[in-house]
Amino acid sequence: MTKIYVPLDSSAVAMGADEVARKIHAITGFDVVRNGSRGMAWLEPFVEVETATGRVGYGPVTLDDVQTLIEDGMLEGRAHPLCHGLVEEMPFIKAQERLTFARCGITNPLSMADYETHGGLAGVLKAVGMTAEAICDEVITSGLRGRGGAAFPAGIKWSTVRGAKADQKYIVCNADEGDSGTFADRMIMEGDPFLLIEGMVIAGLGVGATKGYIYLRSEYPIAQEVLTAAIDRAYWKGLLGDDVMGSGKAFHLEVFMGAGAYICGEETSLLESLEGKRGQVRAKPPLPALEGLDAKPTLVHNVISLCAIPTILAKGGAFYRDHGMGKSTGTMPFQIAGNVARGGLVEKAFGVTLRDLVETFGGGTRSGRPLKAVQVGGPLGAYIPADKLDMPMDYETFMGIGAGVGHGGIVLFDDTADMAAQAKYAFDFCAHESCGKCTPCRIGAVRGSEVMAKVIAGEEVEANLTLIEDLLEVMEDGSLCAMGGMTPVPVKSVLKYFPEAVGRETGREAGKGGD
Amino acid sequence: MADDHFQPRRQGDDLITKFVGETGGLMRALNALQARDGYVDAANVPLLAKAFNVTKAEVKGVISFYDDFTKAPKGEHVIRICQAEACQAVGARGLTAHALEKLGIGLGDTTADGKITVEAVYCLGLCASGPAAMVGGQLKGRVSATCLDKAIEEAGQ
Repeated sequence: MTKIYVPLDSSAVAMGADEVARKIHAITGFDVVRNGSRGMAWLEPFVEVETATGRVGYGPVTLDDVQTLIEDGMLEGRAHPLCHGLVEEMPFIKAQERLTFARCGITNPLSMADYETHGGLAGVLKAVGMTAEAICDEVITSGLRGRGGAAFPAGIKWSTVRGAKADQKYIVCNADEGDSGTFADRMIMEGDPFLLIEGMVIAGLGVGATKGYIYLRSEYPIAQEVLTAAIDRAYWKGLLGDDVMGSGKAFHLEVFMGAGAYICGEETSLLESLEGKRGQVRAKPPLPALEGLDAKPTLVHNVISLCAIPTILAKGGAFYRDHGMGKSTGTMPFQIAGNVARGGLVEKAFGVTLRDLVETFGGGTRSGRPLKAVQVGGPLGAYIPADKLDMPMDYETFMGIGAGVGHGGIVLFDDTADMAAQAKYAFDFCAHESCGKCTPCRIGAVRGSEVMAKVIAGEEVEANLTLIEDLLEVMEDGSLCAMGGMTPVPVKSVLKYFPEAVGRETGREAGKGGD
Repeated sequence: MADDHFQPRRQGDDLITKFVGETGGLMRALNALQARDGYVDAANVPLLAKAFNVTKAEVKGVISFYDDFTKAPKGEHVIRICQAEACQAVGARGLTAHALEKLGIGLGDTTADGKITVEAVYCLGLCASGPAAMVGGQLKGRVSATCLDKAIEEAGQ
């Protein structure tokens, strides 16, 4: 029987995948498998057909194309202007190193049988036979660092939670992926939800937690649907419940919906929200690892961090560590977005250059105009000019220039971008999303926006820029969390790399005394 | 009708008591009320406060903190346009201005006939397919002015 795949991923559905899937079914009578996305957003809806030589892809397929494609032999994998040949041989896919996204786009996300056939559950089956300490040791060996943006060594967190004495411990998955330019969490939750569940179960076994929550942002309705259905199936399979895979240990999991607050991606704010309160940031210490949800030891991890765990357990921490460079071990799902010709998700070992991602994978701008800047790492990330793309993607290199890899989002802007407006937007976004707890962030963001407006209007530019530089220093040093503390990053990068945009002749580092 | 007084108000006691004792119960109750009624009626505030053993001020504080909770009903059709960087890079600002001008309202406002609300949303995770929008709960990628015009026309009928 002919197998046809049409993704259920948001990026496909937003381009009409549901209608395309229905039409293919109506014409052929075949069941259409709703798979995850391969991560080639510019080709969505990307229809795949199984042939004797492998899966052949077609895209972007619109509703109007379906009839002709079928008449022209799509079901047999025949050539067509929309045909891209064997999917595994497509340069965008072939050049990747997919450890975390290995199954995404290939399997039916809600089929446990597919999951197992393609290597799923190997990690948890290994973990149930290990001591908690041995599980934590694998994570330490892997060198995994938090993929949400802070890049904190995961092993240290795990050991802290494992060592804490308490009657109840929690695993909390931070699925409040609010950074513009990032969608890796969404894609894996929609495309391979069992992977996240397995990662959380292993974390539970590793630190002695029996209850988990996935804190999911409300802007991801499809992820919510898929995760909820996957959790049901995981209970049925025995991956969740009172006796996880026959280990005698319990792990229960549920999805908890956020309500449209970016700040809840900050872990302590998230915990407040999960307790049903305003998502206001907590002062640290105490660390969530010791006093987290309901003041119990809590392991808070980003989706991608948890999704790396099954591979680390199945293949060993050393296998994972041997990817990447320096202290940035393993792979990272980079997301190429914004004004990009071939946008999507590229999982590569750390060390790939920014230029490789932007040009080789991304193909430059969608508009065809010259590239002006790329913002790396979300709204709190730096704008990097087009002539500085030859640096490797690793945590230390980016920190060295006052930037960050963040959650791996890369947003392209062409030469029509107004960099002063982007700097002002950084303040506006902070003003909108600040939780209000600390003054530098709450007031600083508003003042920053006002002063930047004066700079844009050409009012006493130099004096106002000096004020901004002073303000940035206060926000950076005096804010309680990364929201206020890193809002200066994009602003400073504009002052440094795009001085002409703010009426200066040469760039200088803000907050360094204006030398 | 005379017995209007005895009709249940849009308070949703069941949706409140259901979540008492659960982790984050207040958030769950508010999400449920918002989903059912399209807003959180002020009449629920004292009930929520009592059920979750917090002050009315705390309940109001939670409602006002989150963008998803609204104190008044929105328009029949809600158009959410992404305002974040990846969509800005492909013309989201111009697209938003176009829709607002056509409707003669500001961002976050509802048309006088109560038909359409246009809101900002900060990222739908469609950053490689921008500009992105959500029209009546449906995700839309690579949204053009024509596409928005069509949505507005359909909603206005």
